Amino acid sequence: MSADLRRRHWLRLLFVTLGMFGFGFATVPLYNKLCYAIGLNGKVANEAAAIKTASVDASRTVTVEFLTTVNGGRPWKFRADQATVQVHPGQMTTVSFYMKNTQDHAIVAQAVPNVAPSDAAQYLKKTECFCFNRQPFAAGEERHMPVVFMLDPELPKDIDRITLAYTFFDVTDVAQKN
Amino acid sequence: MAHTNDLAHGHDDHAHHGPDKGIMRWIKTTNHKDLGTLYLFFAFTMFFIGGLMSLVIRAELFHPGMQFVQPEFFNQMTTMHALVMIFGGVMPAFVGLANWMVPMMIGCSDLALPRVNNWGFWILPFGFTMMLSTLFMEGGGPAGGWTMYPPLMLQTGNAFPFLIFSVHLLGISSITGAINVVVTILNMRTPGMTLLKMPLFVWTWLITAYLLIAVMPVLAGAVTMLLTDKYFGTSFFTAAGGGDPVLFQHVFWFFGHPEVYILILPAFGIVSTIIPTFARKSLFGYDSMVYATAAIGFLSFIVWAHHMFTVGMPLAGELFFMFATMLIAVPTGVKVFNWVATMWRGSMSFETPMLFAVGFVFLFTIGGFSGLMLAMTPVDFQYHDTYFVVAHFHYVLVPGAVFSIIAAVYYWIPKWTGRMYNEFWGKTHFWLSAIFINLTFFPQHFLGLAGMQRRVPDYALQFTDFNEISTIGAFGFFVTQFIFIFNILGCCYGWFGRKRDLPDRVWEGARGLEWTVPSPAPYHTFEDPPALPVSEVTGVHDAEAAH
Repeated sequence: MSADLRRRHWLRLLFVTLGMFGFGFATVPLYNKLCYAIGLNGKVANEAAAIKTASVDASRTVTVEFLTTVNGGRPWKFRADQATVQVHPGQMTTVSFYMKNTQDHAIVAQAVPNVAPSDAAQYLKKTECFCFNRQPFAAGEERHMPVVFMLDPELPKDIDRITLAYTFFDVTDVAQKN
Repeated sequence: MAHTNDLAHGHDDHAHHGPDKGIMRWIKTTNHKDLGTLYLFFAFTMFFIGGLMSLVIRAELFHPGMQFVQPEFFNQMTTMHALVMIFGGVMPAFVGLANWMVPMMIGCSDLALPRVNNWGFWILPFGFTMMLSTLFMEGGGPAGGWTMYPPLMLQTGNAFPFLIFSVHLLGISSITGAINVVVTILNMRTPGMTLLKMPLFVWTWLITAYLLIAVMPVLAGAVTMLLTDKYFGTSFFTAAGGGDPVLFQHVFWFFGHPEVYILILPAFGIVSTIIPTFARKSLFGYDSMVYATAAIGFLSFIVWAHHMFTVGMPLAGELFFMFATMLIAVPTGVKVFNWVATMWRGSMSFETPMLFAVGFVFLFTIGGFSGLMLAMTPVDFQYHDTYFVVAHFHYVLVPGAVFSIIAAVYYWIPKWTGRMYNEFWGKTHFWLSAIFINLTFFPQHFLGLAGMQRRVPDYALQFTDFNEISTIGAFGFFVTQFIFIFNILGCCYGWFGRKRDLPDRVWEGARGLEWTVPSPAPYHTFEDPPALPVSEVTGVHDAEAAH
C-alpha cells in the first residue's frame, strides 16, 4: 500500500518495457543466426564458404535452376548464362551470369542470393560469387560473372531440384556515401 | 502513515466542492473518473472517424470498377481505418473502462499514478492529430496496410515519419496506462480482496496490461528500425544491405498477436461481469475463467507466425504454429462454455447490456470458428489475404470487442451518470446493430472463399451481389450507432427529461463494490478502503457456489 512499494513496482515495470524495446532490436542478430544455422527462409551466407574436399556422390544427380531479378524496376539486363545445370553432390561446378548496365551513368549493384527449398540453403556452398561484393558498373558496361559452388553430399535425399535466385539491388547512393 | 491520512482528509474536504469548473478541469484532471470519461469520448470520436473511413471503403466496393476514389486513396483508407479503430477506438475505450471501473471494483480511491494517467490520455489527441494530418499531405497518408510491411511501407512519402512517431506516442500512452493498471491492481485492493476474489474484469485487465507492457515496446522497436532503414541507411529489413523483410513480419506479429488479445481480453471480462448480473447467478467456473485468461495470454506469445504461413517457412515451423494456434481454442472454449453454463437455468432477463453480451457470445464464437479454419496451414494458403480473413477479424472485433464496449457503457452508464438510458431505444439499437453487422460481414466469408482479395479497390463481376449486401449492412450499422450516441448523451446531459432517481444497486442482480456507492458515483469514492462483504464478491469459487 505504501507509496514506496508502488514506486518500486512501476520502476520494475518500466525496466521491463525498456528491456522489451531492446528485445525488438535483439531479434535482428538472433534471427540472422537462426536463419544461417537452419537455413530458415532460404538465406545463404554471403561470403565464401570453407569447403572440405568431399567425395563426389555420382549416384545422385541434382538439378540446379537459376533465377535472376532486378529490384525496383531498374532497366538492367541480368540473366544466367545457363538456365539449369545437372550436378552431383560434392562436385565443384562453375556457372556464369551476365549483367549489363543499360543506364547512361555508372551504378553500384549488390546481388542478394536466396535458395529454394529453404532446407537446401545450408548445403549450397559457394567459393566464388559476384554476390560477395558490391559490383560497380560503368555506364553501358557489361560482363559475365562466374559463380563456383558445390552441393554438400549431406544434402537431404528427398531434394533433387534446387533453385538459386539472385536479386540485384541498386546501392549506388549508399556506395557513394561510404 | 499519519501524514498520508492528513492529506487524504484535506483532499476529502475539497471533494465536497466537486471538480473544477470549465475546460481546465478536463486538461488538468487526475481523477480516474474524469479520465475514464475523456478516454471514452475520445474513443467514440475515433470510432466515428474510423467508421467514416470504412464507409469510403464500402462505398467504393459497392460496385466493381472504380466509383468514387482513386486506388491510392482507397489503400490509405484501409490502412488508416485499421490504425484508427485499433489504436484510437478499441484500445482507448478499454482503457477508459479500466479507468472508471478498476478503482471502483477493487475499492481504492484512484489509480496508483494519477498524473501519469493524465499524461497518458493527453498524448493520444496529439498522436492522432499527427497520424490523421498525413491524409492532407502531399502524397497522402500511409497506404501500405496497418501492418507496415517493408519494403512497400518504405515507399511511403512524407507521411512516413509522422506515422512512425504517432505509433511511438500511442505506444507510450498504452504502456503508461498498462503500468498504472498493474500497479493499482497489485497494490491497492481493499483489505480482504485476494487475487482470486477480484472481479473478472479486473483480472482480464491485469493480464491485458502485462501483454501491453511486453509487446508495445517491441512494436516501437520495429517501427524505429523501419525509420532508420528509410532515413539513416541501416539495413534491418533491407535485402540489399543484408537485411530481411520477412524479419519485420516476425517482429510485427510478435507484437501483433498478443495485440489481438489485448483487444479481446477486457471484452471477456466485461461479458463475464454482465451475464451473471442478468442471469441472476454467480459466474460459472470463476477459477477456470482466470486460468483460461492467463493461458490465452501465454499462448498469444507463441503463435505469431500463423499470420505469415505463406512467407515460406520450414514444415516443422508451420506445424508448430498451426497446433499452437489451435490450442488457443481450448481456453477460449472454456470461456464460451462457462458463459453458456452461467446462463443455464438462470433467471434471465434481457436488458440492453445483456442483449449485447449474449450477442457477443454468439457472434464472437463465429469469429472464433473462422479463426480455427484460418489456423489450418494448408487451407490458410487459400484464405490468406482474402475477404475471409477480413470477415474473421471483423467478427471478433466488431460484434466481439465493440459489442462488449457498448454493453459495458449501457451496463455502467446509470452508475456513471445516475440516469437510466432508454430501454426501448437500447433494444432497438441492439437488434439493428446485430442485423446490420451480420449483413456487413457474413457475406465477406463467401467472398473470401470465392477468392476476392482484401485491400484491392476493384473486384471481378461475380462478387458484386455479396459486396452490395455488405455495403448496405455497413451503412446501416453506421447510422444505427446514432441511436446509441443520443441514448448515451441523454444520460450524460439529462436530455429527454431523464431524472437522477436511481438506487445504488442499479441492477438488482449485480454484485461488486461499484454498486455500493451512490448513483451517480461521487467524484471521489473509497477515500478509505471499504469493507468487502461476502455478498459483493464476484469471484465465487465452484465449491462455495455449490452451497
